[in-house]
Amino acid sequence: MRYLVCIKQTPDTAELPKVSPEEAASGNLSVNLVVNPWDEHAIEGGLQLMENYGGTTGAITVGGEGAIDALRSALAMGCKDATLVQYEGSTDALNVADLLAAAIKNDGDVDVVVMGQMTVDGNTGLTPVVLGRKLGWPVLTGVAKVVELTEDSITVERSVGQSRITVKAPTPVVLSVVKEIGEPRYPTFINIRKAARVKIPVLTPEDLGVDVPEPKVHMANFRKPPAREAKVKLFEGTPQEAAAALIDALLEEKVL
Amino acid sequence: MKFLVFIETDMGDAVASSWEALGAALSLSEDVEALVVGDKVSVVAEEAVQRGASKVYVVEDETRALFDLDRALADVKHVLDMSAADAFLASHTLNGRDLAAALAAELDAGVIADALELSLEDGRLKGVRGVYSGNILVDVTVDGSPQIATLRPRAFAPAEKVEGRTAEVVLVDPADADSPYEVLGVQRAEKGEISLTEASIIVSGGRGVAKDPELGFDLIRELAGVLGAAVGASRAAVDAGFISYDHQVGQTGKVVRPDLYIACGISGAVQHLAGMGSSKIIVAINKDPEAPIFSVANYGIVGDLFEVVPALTEAAREKLGK
Ligand SMILES: Cc1cc2nc3c(=O)[nH]c(=O)nc-3n(C[C@H](O)[C@H](O)[C@H](O)COP(=O)(O)OP(=O)(O)OC[C@H]3O[C@@H](n4cnc5c(N)ncnc54)[C@H](O)[C@@H]3O)c2cc1C
Ligand SMILES: Nc1ncnc2c1ncn2[C@@H]1O[C@H](COP(=O)(O)O)[C@@H](O)[C@H]1O
Repeated sequence: MRYLVCIKQTPDTAELPKVSPEEAASGNLSVNLVVNPWDEHAIEGGLQLMENYGGTTGAITVGGEGAIDALRSALAMGCKDATLVQYEGSTDALNVADLLAAAIKNDGDVDVVVMGQMTVDGNTGLTPVVLGRKLGWPVLTGVAKVVELTEDSITVERSVGQSRITVKAPTPVVLSVVKEIGEPRYPTFINIRKAARVKIPVLTPEDLGVDVPEPKVHMANFRKPPAREAKVKLFEGTPQEAAAALIDALLEEKVL
Repeated sequence: MKFLVFIETDMGDAVASSWEALGAALSLSEDVEALVVGDKVSVVAEEAVQRGASKVYVVEDETRALFDLDRALADVKHVLDMSAADAFLASHTLNGRDLAAALAAELDAGVIADALELSLEDGRLKGVRGVYSGNILVDVTVDGSPQIATLRPRAFAPAEKVEGRTAEVVLVDPADADSPYEVLGVQRAEKGEISLTEASIIVSGGRGVAKDPELGFDLIRELAGVLGAAVGASRAAVDAGFISYDHQVGQTGKVVRPDLYIACGISGAVQHLAGMGSSKIIVAINKDPEAPIFSVANYGIVGDLFEVVPALTEAAREKLGK
């Protein structure tokens, strides 16, 4: 079996508030970049598949040269190989999926593509379904658990709204996983050392035969959201007094 | 501009935030049609009429009782051909998001995803959405016909229901579509449990309950019960096993937008704020007056949640007459 995890390098979540509108507009970020947290769960999911059903798990990203660091993190967690699809142009779900689809075909016999729930910078969550449609493969989103993988099918539990749905679909398949798939494991010392030495192959759109289309999504007027004008009003006294005053205030706000 | 709004259903019931998408469309245009896909959905179709759709397409079939991506996509494409709408809207639920993505791939179109605001400018749809987890806002337009947008639940007022409205209801045959998905089982949330993303009030607990997590969350649930609120949690509370993951609010949990968010024993880390920072009113209950949550809160009580939360429940019972 062959599993491929799609990851993106995104800002450290603690530093997201520091991203300026100018940086966001240009994509030239000065903040620390790491593996998108949802994709760490995807890596964990991909590694569990390898452990439970045999085969190899690789990682792939579409990004600039610097994204190699994210791939090294994936290798350090235990992925067996990594590929950078080098593309620095502006992206949306459609053109990223074009590149990923070509790279997946190029990889050979991929059985399961594992992706995250969404990116913490783009925040769309659209890419997995777009990729699945481009490949002509089924897509299972919100995957909390893999129940069974066979030669030609996969059964998973999906978390959809308030329900948990057990679904079977034929492979090859695209999954997007949620956190319940498993807490990302820590890299081992040996894997970190190995990861540092691995030569990571770099593919360009030309290598993949993709003429990358312009994004179909246009963004303008990057700005900070209006600051919360909140100046906190504290209620004092005994817990009972404070509680009563707070409930009165909330009734006045008409939120109760 | 003509809109087609997808009304998502689940076992015959409308998903509430679908009415917000209908409301958003009606605030921009008089030419708003709705598409209801599901099983035993005549009541939902009637509701779409009362809520102001000028025409309602209905695809009713057993195979549509639960959302199925391939079938829903085929139905939407079929109805788009009939309706010739300029814009397609759905709520940014998991299913709405997936449907929009599939349609975008099919039509080679962009998506204004998870929009917080929507307007028309020069005959084009313009959305406002958050990127960098809500830390930056942008205006978004998209290529493609129809223009596709998904809307953040609770960001738009639902279309109002007016009894006695009439509109044409068109029964459409389910589109021919083989689905690769075989549903083997469905497990539902306990009756009465309110969904975080749809809740107008949320009471959340964090690591502050640690000295007696079971009692702590019992107290939080009791307050939530009296207020008709959903129960949320910080990641620290989830990771410590105090409550299950589906309650997690934040960066790697759910993004919520209630009118009232009561954070009990939650410090207010940026990753938590990423999930609840756009709540209308934030209340913090924390024993540490320096906790960062107080810098985003509108109201607060500095104190021990084990004393303050039951006092709130008591006061709410009294003042709300429950
Ligand atoms: C990639 C990434 C993703 C993350 N995603 C999320 C996410 O989705 N959601 C999330 O919440 N966090 C997330 N976090 C974690 C986040 O950084 C914080 O660690 C977490 O929010 C802290 O939870 P907490 O406020 O409950 O705990 P703490 O920070 O430990 O705060 C506990 C608070 O309770 C107060 N307290 C203690 N006892 C009492 C008492 N008896 N009465 C009243 N107050 C009391 C303390 O003063 C303190 O302020 C993420 C972190 C990372 C790195
Ligand atoms: N540039 C990228 N390279 C590889 N995978 C990506 C990239 N962007 C998004 N993904 C995958 O798609 C998922 C959803 O991302 P998004 O649609 O951008 O919110 C992520 O969790 C990743 O698994």
